[in-house]
Amino acid sequence: MMNGSDPVTLTVREASAGLEHGDFSSTELCRAFLDRAALTEPKVRALLSLDPEDVLRQASASDARRKAGRALGPLDGVPVTLKDNIAVKDAPCTCASKILKGFVSPYDSFVARRLKDAGCVLLGRANMDEFAMGSSCENSACQKTANPWGLDRVPGGSSGGSAAAVASGITCAALGSDTGGSIRQPASFCGVVGLKPTYGRVSRNGLVAFASSLDQIGPMTKSVYDAALLFDLIAGHDDGDTTSLPGDSGGCAADLAAFEEKGAGLKGVRIGLPKEYFELDGISGEVRAVCEQAKETLRSLGAEFTEVSLPHTKYAMACYYIIATAEASSNLARFDGIRYGYRSPEAADINSVYFRSRGEGFGPEVKRRIMLGTYVLSSGYYDAYYLRAQKVRTLLRRDFEKAYESCDLIFTPVSPVTAFRFGEKADPLQMYLSDIFTIALNLSGDCGISVPAGIAAESGMPSGIQFMAPALQEKRLFRAARAFECARPQKEFRASL
Amino acid sequence: MDGKADGIDVAEVAKLARLELEPDRIPSLQKEMEAIVGYVNMLAELDTDQIEPTVHAVDRVNIIREDVPGEPCPRELMLRTAPATVDDELVRVPQVLPGEGMA
Repeated sequence: MMNGSDPVTLTVREASAGLEHGDFSSTELCRAFLDRAALTEPKVRALLSLDPEDVLRQASASDARRKAGRALGPLDGVPVTLKDNIAVKDAPCTCASKILKGFVSPYDSFVARRLKDAGCVLLGRANMDEFAMGSSCENSACQKTANPWGLDRVPGGSSGGSAAAVASGITCAALGSDTGGSIRQPASFCGVVGLKPTYGRVSRNGLVAFASSLDQIGPMTKSVYDAALLFDLIAGHDDGDTTSLPGDSGGCAADLAAFEEKGAGLKGVRIGLPKEYFELDGISGEVRAVCEQAKETLRSLGAEFTEVSLPHTKYAMACYYIIATAEASSNLARFDGIRYGYRSPEAADINSVYFRSRGEGFGPEVKRRIMLGTYVLSSGYYDAYYLRAQKVRTLLRRDFEKAYESCDLIFTPVSPVTAFRFGEKADPLQMYLSDIFTIALNLSGDCGISVPAGIAAESGMPSGIQFMAPALQEKRLFRAARAFECARPQKEFRASL
Repeated sequence: MDGKADGIDVAEVAKLARLELEPDRIPSLQKEMEAIVGYVNMLAELDTDQIEPTVHAVDRVNIIREDVPGEPCPRELMLRTAPATVDDELVRVPQVLPGEGMA
């Protein structure tokens, strides 16, 4: 039916070419993914909801456009899966929370609009940690998602459903959101590519807010090229987001194609190794080994490594958990049981509507963070916590600015460990500390990418590496990541489900 | 901020946050919050007196646009998401002011 194409490994680029050449229709393509989902979803549970009829309706509309010579672009008919905190008109948007159970969005997010305008088929709603708070998807109030590479392990988080959907081959690509590593860490855990764009590059309009000064939407894909294609599509200015930057992505996919034609080498590229990161105790031996091998690969491409220093690294986590929880407590105040979402049936007066709806609607991690955020913002503590954290954020940004004086990119692990087993990290503080390599990037506002690098020796789970670059230098990231992807010893990352 | 965080009044913070907590959850939440606040207190080590705070990662000044009306989300669509309505025209809430209740 798919003329020999394997939907599991089919990239956006390949799907686009296949549709263009008439190798298969969007309907055939989507049917293949739906068949695959019927097989894998009972085990993986990446999606919170999937409406096969709606998917096939979108696919058939795409086929009709293409047949009439009115395709909306190269991605018309290509399925993309969205995290359940990104609004799509008339689709559920629950953030994996009881407080938004049954909520159907009355409007499209900016990125959903962009995908629809390009003819993409929106396939399913991906599971996540409740309100994107977590690193394993275990905080979803709805279901646990399994890692397609090892069903007793977590897919990472908070965009774990998006990562697992791509890795289990039930879609071409996905969008996630990244507040402290929520795209890059699950991408690493599931063997897919994940991009955290520069803050302000992709509109947050229609993304349910967690920490507004840190949140950013980005693609999760089977290849670096696909990430560039989707980034080109969703990047750009939006009047509906006051933090949206002017301009667009500048054509990252075209730049990458030109780079490939020239041989995709990294001669003369200076890659910084932050010594404070590699000195950390908690990095597992197998992750270190994957990083060492990746460095060899990058050296063979002509890259030069240089040590850099990010001296305030040890304060990043503390800074992050003050800013993120403070902003979350403020953002989540809107869930009050009045205008939308869950209202406690027990509530008899206005105050009990607030207290009971929120008490019954939010899960334990969300409550913990609202409590922390409320505490650090409360009278008498604001200067000591939130204001001080914002000042430390300035110090962290300066660290990066200084480091980029002597390098073009920074190379780090994505996570100190590979995907862990369910229930393995029960202590909230320990769970927070596993985000150490990804959070600083959200504080600095710069861009970063997670690329699959190898299979870790002990756990047998995939492990990614991270490249970071200064704000708006996504092209630089894509080039390094693409060169690495072509040269890495492990060519294909395919979970055997 | 001395590296410890004893004595967080969890019930008071919950009141500020408009969160009803299960009473048996308070002691464990107190322990967790004190551990986390104790950890973030490490920021007190840094001298930040002369440092400007970062409010947003990317500096932006006020954004001006033409004063023309946009197209708001239709009222009936927004009301569809409300937990309870009056005649599909108003959001229904429990009584706010003391006195005789409305029917």
